[in-house]
Amino acid sequence: MPKDHGIGASPKRREDVRFLTGAGNYTDDINVNGQAYVHFLRSDVAHAKINGIDTSAAEAMPGVVRIFTGADFEGVGGMPCGWGVTDRHGEPMQEPPHPILAQGKVRHVGDPIAAVIADTYEQARDAAEAIEVDLDDLPAVVDMKAALADGATKVHDDLTSNLCYDWVLGETDDAAVQAAFDSAAHVTTLELVNQRLVANPMEPRVAVGDYNRGTDEHTLYTTSQNPHVIRLLMCAFVLGLPEHKVRVVAPDVGGGFGTKIFHYAEEAFVTFAAKAINRPVKWTASRSEAFMSDAQGRDHVTRIELALDASNNFTALRTNTLANMGAYLSTFSSSVPTWLHGTLMAGNYKTPTIQVNVKAVFTNTVPVDAYRGAGRPEATFQIERVIDKAARELGVDPVALRRQNFITEFPYDTPVALTYDTGDYHGTMDKLEAAADFAGFAARRAASEAKGKLRGLGVNCYIEACGIAPSNIVGMLGARAGLYDAATVRVNATGSISVMVGAHSHGQGHETAFPQVVADMIGIDESMIEIVHGDTSKIPFGMGTYGSRSLAVCGSAMVKATEKVIAKAKKIAAHLLEASDADIELKDGVFSVAGTDKSVAWGDVTLTAYVPHNFPLEEVEPGLEETAFYDPANFTFPAGAYACEVEVDPETGKVTIERFAAADDFGNIINPMIVDGQVHGGIGQGIGQALLENCVYDADGQLMTGSYMDYAMPRADDVPFYTVDHSSQTPCTHNPLGVKGCGEAGAIGSPPAVVNAVIDALQSGGKNVDHIDMPVSPSRVWSAMNA
Amino acid sequence: MYAFDFERPSTIAEAVAALQDEDAQALGGGQTLIPTLKQRLASPSKLVSLSGIAEMKGVSIEGGVLTIGGGATHAEVAADACAPLAALAANIGDPAVRNRGTIGGSLANNDPSADYPAAMLALGATIITNTREIAADDFFQGMFTTALEEGEIITSVRIDVPPGGANYQKFEQPASRFALVGVFVARTANGVRVGVTGASEDGAYRWSEAEEALNKEFREDALMDLRPNPAIMIEDLHGSREYRAHLVRVLTKRAVAAIG
Ligand SMILES: Cc1cc2nc3c(=O)[nH]c(=O)nc-3n(C[C@H](O)[C@H](O)[C@H](O)COP(=O)(O)OP(=O)(O)OC[C@H]3O[C@@H](n4cnc5c(N)ncnc54)[C@H](O)[C@@H]3O)c2cc1C
Repeated sequence: MPKDHGIGASPKRREDVRFLTGAGNYTDDINVNGQAYVHFLRSDVAHAKINGIDTSAAEAMPGVVRIFTGADFEGVGGMPCGWGVTDRHGEPMQEPPHPILAQGKVRHVGDPIAAVIADTYEQARDAAEAIEVDLDDLPAVVDMKAALADGATKVHDDLTSNLCYDWVLGETDDAAVQAAFDSAAHVTTLELVNQRLVANPMEPRVAVGDYNRGTDEHTLYTTSQNPHVIRLLMCAFVLGLPEHKVRVVAPDVGGGFGTKIFHYAEEAFVTFAAKAINRPVKWTASRSEAFMSDAQGRDHVTRIELALDASNNFTALRTNTLANMGAYLSTFSSSVPTWLHGTLMAGNYKTPTIQVNVKAVFTNTVPVDAYRGAGRPEATFQIERVIDKAARELGVDPVALRRQNFITEFPYDTPVALTYDTGDYHGTMDKLEAAADFAGFAARRAASEAKGKLRGLGVNCYIEACGIAPSNIVGMLGARAGLYDAATVRVNATGSISVMVGAHSHGQGHETAFPQVVADMIGIDESMIEIVHGDTSKIPFGMGTYGSRSLAVCGSAMVKATEKVIAKAKKIAAHLLEASDADIELKDGVFSVAGTDKSVAWGDVTLTAYVPHNFPLEEVEPGLEETAFYDPANFTFPAGAYACEVEVDPETGKVTIERFAAADDFGNIINPMIVDGQVHGGIGQGIGQALLENCVYDADGQLMTGSYMDYAMPRADDVPFYTVDHSSQTPCTHNPLGVKGCGEAGAIGSPPAVVNAVIDALQSGGKNVDHIDMPVSPSRVWSAMNA
Repeated sequence: MYAFDFERPSTIAEAVAALQDEDAQALGGGQTLIPTLKQRLASPSKLVSLSGIAEMKGVSIEGGVLTIGGGATHAEVAADACAPLAALAANIGDPAVRNRGTIGGSLANNDPSADYPAAMLALGATIITNTREIAADDFFQGMFTTALEEGEIITSVRIDVPPGGANYQKFEQPASRFALVGVFVARTANGVRVGVTGASEDGAYRWSEAEEALNKEFREDALMDLRPNPAIMIEDLHGSREYRAHLVRVLTKRAVAAIG
């Protein structure tokens, strides 16, 4: 029997009532009395020197309040990067300035040149057209290899080159790695591209700045996944404002997928400008603006080599990756190809020698940063594609080859800096074999062939490091922030509870799942518990939501705070029951004295806490509210195995996904329905990457895919019904709930399954195709088949 | 958008008069024009909406002749036109686009990837305006270019329902889901006609070699030795010239097979 409440039950998401009935409160729904509107004039060329900006005609236009350019921000801080990477020679990465508005040069299409504030949005746009910008075009740096060539045009004139860093992880001794390859019985090599993606949350970014002259307080309403992080970065690094005078509110947010983690120039701008003009300032991005100003994802070019011994054991892995940073370092950009990618290169396998080299490169393109999975999809794709290729070259079953090399003993120290605490990769693969019905594949292939179609089965594993992250470890690795989280459990006099959390829900369902935990611990109904998030004036100083961390990190803080509340409530109950608090038991919302029939209800205790007429005042303070901060001891390691079945139309190259099965080990699960939904969404995005999405710049740095006319998003009919199984569960060993996180798994695990399936289909049709870069579009498949 | 005046006349004559103003522009369903305005890529002084004109509405079939009002929406065509054209209209865009977008707007716009132009060529349609009748063969004059004069309104389209049947095969561009290539084959009273959209740099065209072959022998195999010329094809992110040329042939074959 599935549970009907508490941990393990699947109550419907309470937040969906407001989202689905149009009662949500998104940032664009927020209007401050007297607000003006800002329009950013953005560069339409990728690289140019700014000789001058003439705003005089524009300033005279109707409704214009003020026009800002880069000159207005001289002496003001730029957008910071939150992670310093140390290169292979011990040198710090090259870190160029990133002004709020362009200074001296524009460096990508979409780089903001001027900001026009006017009474209406249309007036601001009209005036922006009257600004005269005198630009000298410079050659655009687009291709990463060309960017690193001697004499290449520099994106940042003050840097020594376009190389941000040259980083190595794992075996640093090149000769030792080469020796492992020299002694291999077989080496498989694969060159691949993990293409650039645009996150495309349904809600574009919005920022509203408000300043109160009476109190000298700033309020920033913004579409963010982490309001405290924005406040910290903006106050400490950009505008130099006192944190206690700044409130950042991220209300309902319509999807983030990583791209709303980062601190953006527009947020700092509206905060700055609201004070400068003493009037609220609102900015709402158009979809076109989102395409050229939201941080983009992925964009790696990789060569990977896998060495195997004569018994097909993996003996060494070597990868060389070029990672595109775009024109500036976005907030967490530098950490994605390094600590979120290189560290995952062991995958689920006990490869003894691993060397990962990443060169991060500046180009005249939109900055690249974390996008759902962030580094881990790139790692997984390489490993799982090269294993598939090796299996084919060796003529062995790809699943058997994986199983043979699985890590089976935990904890396991990888050669790339992580310690996996727990896992059961064979158990998870067993679940997949059943869920995907491997046994029935041959018959399904025959049926497809009878219709003139090719059918393929692709399988892969994945592992991810989630629950980001132990602050001391990430600090050593260069993070410029702590990655703990925090929760306050405020019990009201009548027994209902407000839980203020540092995590931010923008699709994850925290408002439903978090109360299930607290309700279970106390034994009261979930409807008595409300989650408060997204407002620095209401919540404790938490770090927000990304990296599948909310439940594992913030949920752990919430558990600790709830434990403190329960401990105190027991003391109050003990007083009321005239017993020792050690003898008090809490079950189903009732405190009782062990071994007696004496009891007092939750509501009586909470009322006593706030009406302390009969209260142990000498022992505890009145009230019932506790805060806890939680810093994880390790990452969590969700892992799984995915299987995809495709049909390929050999005449047109069109791929259709016929079946998709996912077996995931997320440890313990609070709300299975929400977990299913997270996996479904992730797989949808992974299929989007595998088959459809591609962000393309031409040689001049023009964005060729700046709208949905050319950027292909997955739609409902591009994806199949999924079979999702998360019954393989090895609970996390180091957090109180034993949870691992599920938000990114689908996006990490699915692309290789799709591509492996396509290759399997083509090979079954006698085509000697061993790789196609994503997106595996009809034209690419057709070209590969007819090469 | 830039500011503009707006009129919604109830007769063709009023609409023609309203369009005399300098930089006035007709507004059909707005499914192409409104996004263009939002991006500030056009700045008409006045929009003259055709949506209130009763005489431009409706789809009827009488005596083998299909008449479609210039203001008929894609959804209306999908509901009431002869089967092959209805199927084409039912697959344009999404429900919102089909409930607003009109055949007149689509034909006037002549997007090189739009679906209707292939059908009009293959069906030998007559495009009727407030001043004249134009044969489809004379109407389409290259990408986004038509025989329409300034201020001329497509009031209806007349089609002889093809006695031998017809079929449209669309291969979707993955992002926009317009036609990467679309081929409409019709067995008309005057022989087989093949209209191709999406493929050519010159917009929709008739594939005359295929028509010739199919007039001799209406079988898939008749196309076996034909190879559309890649040199005239569009090449972009979504497909090379060679791929488009290949698709023209594959889709023509499939349309012939579907007609049977
Ligand atoms: C999301 C989306 C998906 C789409 N998918 C497809 C698709 O798959 N296939 C496809 O073919 N199309 C597609 N379209 C385009 C759609 O079919 C449009 O409706 C059509 O191109 C224009 O028709 P309209 O009535 O909206 O014209 P409008 O946008 O109002 O006008 C377009 C042009 O035609 C002129 N005009 C309008 N009516 C007349 C008239 N009666 N006489 C003379 N001139 C006129 C206008 O002045 C303007 O220049 C799509 C559009 C969208 C937004």
